[in-house]
Amino acid sequence: MSHQPISPEITYVPEHGGTKRIWKTFWLLTVVTIIELGLGLAIYNIHEGPEPNANLVLFFKGLMCILTLAKAWYIVAVFMHLGDELRSFVLSVVVPLLLLVWFIIAFLWDGDSWRDMKNTNGGSIKTEVVAPAAIEKGAKD
Amino acid sequence: MAQGTIPVGTKWWSGGKSPFNITYGKVMMWFFLISDAFTFSAFLISYGTIRFSANWWPDPNYVFNAFPFMGHANLPLAFVSLMTFILIFSSVTMVLAVHEGHKMNRKGVEKYMILTIIGGAAFLACQAWEWTHMLTGYQDVLVDGKVESWATTISHNPLGPKVMHEGQLIATPGPELFGGFFFGITGFHGFHVFSGVVINIIIYIKTRLGHFDQRGHYEMVEKVGLYWHFVDLVWVFVFLCFYLI
Repeated sequence: MSHQPISPEITYVPEHGGTKRIWKTFWLLTVVTIIELGLGLAIYNIHEGPEPNANLVLFFKGLMCILTLAKAWYIVAVFMHLGDELRSFVLSVVVPLLLLVWFIIAFLWDGDSWRDMKNTNGGSIKTEVVAPAAIEKGAKD
Repeated sequence: MAQGTIPVGTKWWSGGKSPFNITYGKVMMWFFLISDAFTFSAFLISYGTIRFSANWWPDPNYVFNAFPFMGHANLPLAFVSLMTFILIFSSVTMVLAVHEGHKMNRKGVEKYMILTIIGGAAFLACQAWEWTHMLTGYQDVLVDGKVESWATTISHNPLGPKVMHEGQLIATPGPELFGGFFFGITGFHGFHVFSGVVINIIIYIKTRLGHFDQRGHYEMVEKVGLYWHFVDLVWVFVFLCFYLI
């Protein structure tokens, strides 16, 4: 290959391979996005249907979250070439982002408990308040 | 691979060479992107928190179902999937520009940079259309027993649950924060796309002027490439949180 280290600080230049890998990743991202859209439309049809199955909708939504994480992985590893970097650098990028795991759990948990507090007047009402809208079509899953 | 040529016992942390085998500029771009990732995460998580705390939230399939020049046709997710494919494709042309840069092929870098810029501009145009559609799409909404006409803004949301009023279904005000989060987060992302397009144009001009050939490497293309891919990465999550879930 013609490329040289661009700075004396760089010890070696990793091979990024040909364009084949890039196009393969592109098709992969496209297919995953189409699957996600399919799931989105499935949710739409479930809501349109006679008896919306809340658990199935939740399952599809979880599946979409996992597929999105897979897409993010491929974008970062292949398009951003992080997969070709040294492991020490990969870790210094990825490890701080692990903070997000608890960040997400804690805040969504908090939001959920906030809703409970509002619906039960701070826990003093034992029966769940059902929003009048919840039975309408197109309501929150 | 070149790893084999590194002598055993090389002292990586004693100066003179990059322990991460990356230049300073690229390391700093990555660290900037980490901080930006935290900013976007904070936005999206606050959106999630508010959504979890609400008893009712508009269903994206019913909110985002319009397509330019299609009138009132019900096409859930169609337009936003077009936007997603535009952005994924511009990400591919960007990585191809980086690839041509490794080969020191100026013509190739120019070609792919132009395609990336066009992709970014197309995405911004789509977003402008979508915002206009939201901000001017007036709908009947029942407010305190009277029917009013509202568009979706940061203070009004006509996408609430439907109730019976004088024999027909009519929407009631939905959660106000919907507009705030939608315009805030897609706007912040759109601003990133906009600045990315501007930076790409600058790099394109510098490529044309031969600055990187004089410098002997196309690392600037790699650095803006990282930023551009990050914008695509954020969109993947915005797409999930606002349009799919």
